[in-house]
Amino acid sequence: MELKTQPFVLNIGPSHPSTHGVFRMRVTLDGEVIVDLEPMFGYLHRGMEKLAEGRTYTQNIPFTDRLDYVTPMLNNLAYVQAVEKLAGIKVPERAEYLRVIMSEMMRIAKHLLSIGFFTNDLGAMMTPLLYMWREREKLVDLFEMVCGQRLTFNYMRIGGVSHDIPPEFLPALKKFLKEMPGFIDEYDQLLATNEVLLMRTKGVGILPADVAINASCSGPMLRASGVKWDIRKADPYLVYDRFDFDIPIGTVGDVYDRYRVRIEEMRQSVRILEQAIEQLPQGDICAKVPNLLRPPKGEAYARVESQTGELGFYLVSDGSIAPYRWRVRSPELLNLTVLREISLGWKIADLIAIFASIDIALGEVDR
Amino acid sequence: MNHWYYFVDLFAKVRTTLVEWLQSVDLPSSLIIFIDSIIGIILILLFVFPLVMLFIWMERRFIARFQLRPGPNRCGPLGLFQPVADAIKILVKELIMPAKGDSLVHWIAPVIMFFAALMIFAVFPIGKGSMGVFADLNIGILYVIAIGSLGVIGIFMAGWASNNKYSLIGAMRGVAQLISYEVPMVLAIVGVVLIVGSLQMSEIVGKQTVPFILLQPLGFLIYFIGAITELNRSPMDMIEADSEIVAGYFTEYSGMKFAMFYLAEYINTLAIAIIVTTLFLSGWKGPFLPVWFWFVFKVLAVFLFLLWMRATLIRLRIDQVMAFSWKFLLPMALINVFITAGEVLVWDTWMSGWTSFPWPFIFVNFAIAAVLIIVWAKVFFKLGGGRVEVGRLRARNSQGYGADSQAPVS
Repeated sequence: MELKTQPFVLNIGPSHPSTHGVFRMRVTLDGEVIVDLEPMFGYLHRGMEKLAEGRTYTQNIPFTDRLDYVTPMLNNLAYVQAVEKLAGIKVPERAEYLRVIMSEMMRIAKHLLSIGFFTNDLGAMMTPLLYMWREREKLVDLFEMVCGQRLTFNYMRIGGVSHDIPPEFLPALKKFLKEMPGFIDEYDQLLATNEVLLMRTKGVGILPADVAINASCSGPMLRASGVKWDIRKADPYLVYDRFDFDIPIGTVGDVYDRYRVRIEEMRQSVRILEQAIEQLPQGDICAKVPNLLRPPKGEAYARVESQTGELGFYLVSDGSIAPYRWRVRSPELLNLTVLREISLGWKIADLIAIFASIDIALGEVDR
Repeated sequence: MNHWYYFVDLFAKVRTTLVEWLQSVDLPSSLIIFIDSIIGIILILLFVFPLVMLFIWMERRFIARFQLRPGPNRCGPLGLFQPVADAIKILVKELIMPAKGDSLVHWIAPVIMFFAALMIFAVFPIGKGSMGVFADLNIGILYVIAIGSLGVIGIFMAGWASNNKYSLIGAMRGVAQLISYEVPMVLAIVGVVLIVGSLQMSEIVGKQTVPFILLQPLGFLIYFIGAITELNRSPMDMIEADSEIVAGYFTEYSGMKFAMFYLAEYINTLAIAIIVTTLFLSGWKGPFLPVWFWFVFKVLAVFLFLLWMRATLIRLRIDQVMAFSWKFLLPMALINVFITAGEVLVWDTWMSGWTSFPWPFIFVNFAIAAVLIIVWAKVFFKLGGGRVEVGRLRARNSQGYGADSQAPVS
């Protein structure tokens, strides 16, 4: 006699401990194995792109803080760069360096957090996360020193940055940079030499490079698959062409490679920061920009390498004070599109690991 | 041995005094036995609950320290009353019953878990002699194994009755995992039983002139790993994996029903710590200091080790856990039983005249354990356990845009 079995449909989310917000996956299971997966977005949709069309260019900067709410600096940067391109504004050199410093600090902070949450989703009981949190806290203190905020920084301005760094900032950052490589080594040794982590991550959720490119994945997700694509090198913005740094790439494209790429990127960010502090010039921090900016008619697209990939802003101006179109190219949404492809055939526990390794924040996916 | 601090002997003392007094007032013997067992139960509860409260406090406090945070420190000195505050909070919570769940089974499940956890304590030798045990069964170990596996029924009932898919997955995992680990655990105990030649718990402690962890290193390792799985503690907490299936079988439980699961978990932990202490760490025995000190000290040491593992390690996947049981622990346990049986035979036939204790076997067993683990780890990878080899995958991946052919680069 043949036993009749029927597929088991499980809704993971929208409220679930490891969906990091309100994301829903309708998973069809055969035992524990995933046979089908349907991602469902939109639980955090705030109509941001439409709202932005009714506000001035400067008023829209705080909106970008709420995209990926863990990395406001990079979001701010991508947006103000698009506006500057649209209006043809020249940014002072010191402001460019400050922007580089802030975005690399932000990258370290976010990678710490994403690795921490990744291990948490793999089943570590908060311990790696809280160790990572300790380092992130130092960075957040530095950000607070500069702009008075700990979460939604709203630091970048059209034409520059809002505040110059206080005198105690650079010594504190130097101290952080001095001890950070040691901490990265410590975490990497603790995690990546652990057989359990290797068992859980190696060979899991492999994203082949051609699939990644076809799905226009970017960031650590793409680089883990072995594609050497980083906007900072490929299309240098700010002053990134003056720094010496490497692009870490993976070989297989599995969850472990994504973890490894993030660890290596933190090391590279430390390198960039060290050079940026060395070269930091004196001067203005913000160009003269009218309060009510009216860019000429036209369109502009600017992109930065955010922690998850190519974050771009596409702006269309009709010559008025508000943008005609305000469009975000969200790397997290595009990275998420391959979720079904790379998690079919794996188990529930692997799905959680794969999902965590994609590293999304729903604020940016749903906008 | 009449000092007040021999509180474990107090256990025996109170019992004997009361029984003698009851006999003097001329009560029927069946009633005396009944009252005696009630007293025993109360004394065991008085022993178990303070230790469980201490465990809960230790868990929260020590794991906090592992994680660079102070931990609970507002309720009483060092946060010692935190378990009390937890209990009060849980007691006043509403009992929620899932709409289409099976209400009767939903009610019974935590009760079964709780009582299965408590019943094990009847046979533990917490003090010297036959009066240090509530019921010194001559099949003590067998009783422990039998009652210890009753909890699975509670887990499965809870998962089934909750009408929740996460609970069901947790319960299914629980049944598969706990039954798989029962086998190597029992086989690991067989080694100890072979050396002692008795199933009686007090006898096992009595025979340990040195802790059996030295004579049975492999058995200890297997039993300990099995015990972690049996307790659903990290890294084997697949049953309640909070990042995957929310809370596993007790997702739908709240209030006192949840508290019973929670308590049962800690009582089970205490039980396992006591079993490990009794079987492998020579129970209440120890030099100079009183019996109760050594007993509690060893139990807490075992618990601290469990905490350490929980704070450090990452959860395994369910198939890896099952593979580890059937492909690694089970063969090792079988080999261990054969080796131990051979050693006992050799000892009884030729060597028992030389020394009072089989010292040479300590070195032999440690060497065998080390070699076996290293060799079988290789076999285990061949059998499909452990991490995935990525070399083969890399070959497939290097077609098209891969590591070797670089795609659009700067």
